[in-house]
Amino acid sequence: MIPLSWYLFFSAALFTIGLFGVLTRRNVIAILLGIELMLNAVNVNLVAFWRYGDVAAMTGQVFAIIVFAVAAAEVSAGLALVISVYRRSNTVVAEDLDLLKF
Amino acid sequence: MTPEKIIFLIVAGATLVSALMVVTTRNIVHAAFWLIAALFGVAAIFAILNAGFIAVVQVVVYIGAIAILFIFAVMLTRKDLRDTSAQQNRNWQAGALIAALTFGGLAALFQSWEKLSVAAPAIPSSFDAVAELGSQLTSPSAYVLPFEVASVLLLAAMIGAVYIAFTRK
Repeated sequence: MIPLSWYLFFSAALFTIGLFGVLTRRNVIAILLGIELMLNAVNVNLVAFWRYGDVAAMTGQVFAIIVFAVAAAEVSAGLALVISVYRRSNTVVAEDLDLLKF
Repeated sequence: MTPEKIIFLIVAGATLVSALMVVTTRNIVHAAFWLIAALFGVAAIFAILNAGFIAVVQVVVYIGAIAILFIFAVMLTRKDLRDTSAQQNRNWQAGALIAALTFGGLAALFQSWEKLSVAAPAIPSSFDAVAELGSQLTSPSAYVLPFEVASVLLLAAMIGAVYIAFTRK
């Protein structure tokens, strides 16, 4: 049987890789890719705690499903924003997008 | 070393390598394809955790919809930031340091938790996880409210995405 700690370390590693991508990428779409990795790490944790906790209470799986919905909403709104910004200012580089800068 | 552990280590290693390629590769289209590989790895982890429904939803929703949406968006915005220019911003060392510190902090936190090596309870053979998940998602005494809130969120995101990306003639 795989110990719970393996899943926790795996999801922590996946989360920090995603965090690194979000912090360092210049392309806005690549930043969103990093956010997807972080959401997946959270889902691994939720399902692992469902399996190692009370199996009959489906809390972990229910909230994993809700994270799926949140991820889909985030991607559709985020990519629509990226495409709209690209049409307006012809760039997807995060540091060039300073329309809101004072 | 049981076969289960060996399979877990192979899948987890492949997933982490794919995730590293997602955040470091120069070509954004390749990054999107590496994301598909990483998502498949996570789906396999769900299958190892006896969460078959979540694994299937992962493949259908993440790989079938979200990853394809990413590839569309990359293709629509590829005119600038070709693969020759820098893909990492100036502060990438600081970003790597913050990520390493986060992982170190999480690892230290795990070490101090006494339930870390708890064994997984056996699943009774009569237990149908998918049926239980469905009835809990639609039962007023369980999780119907978060479920409905999530669907309203999806509807709002869909309307917002259409409105934001809409071009006036």
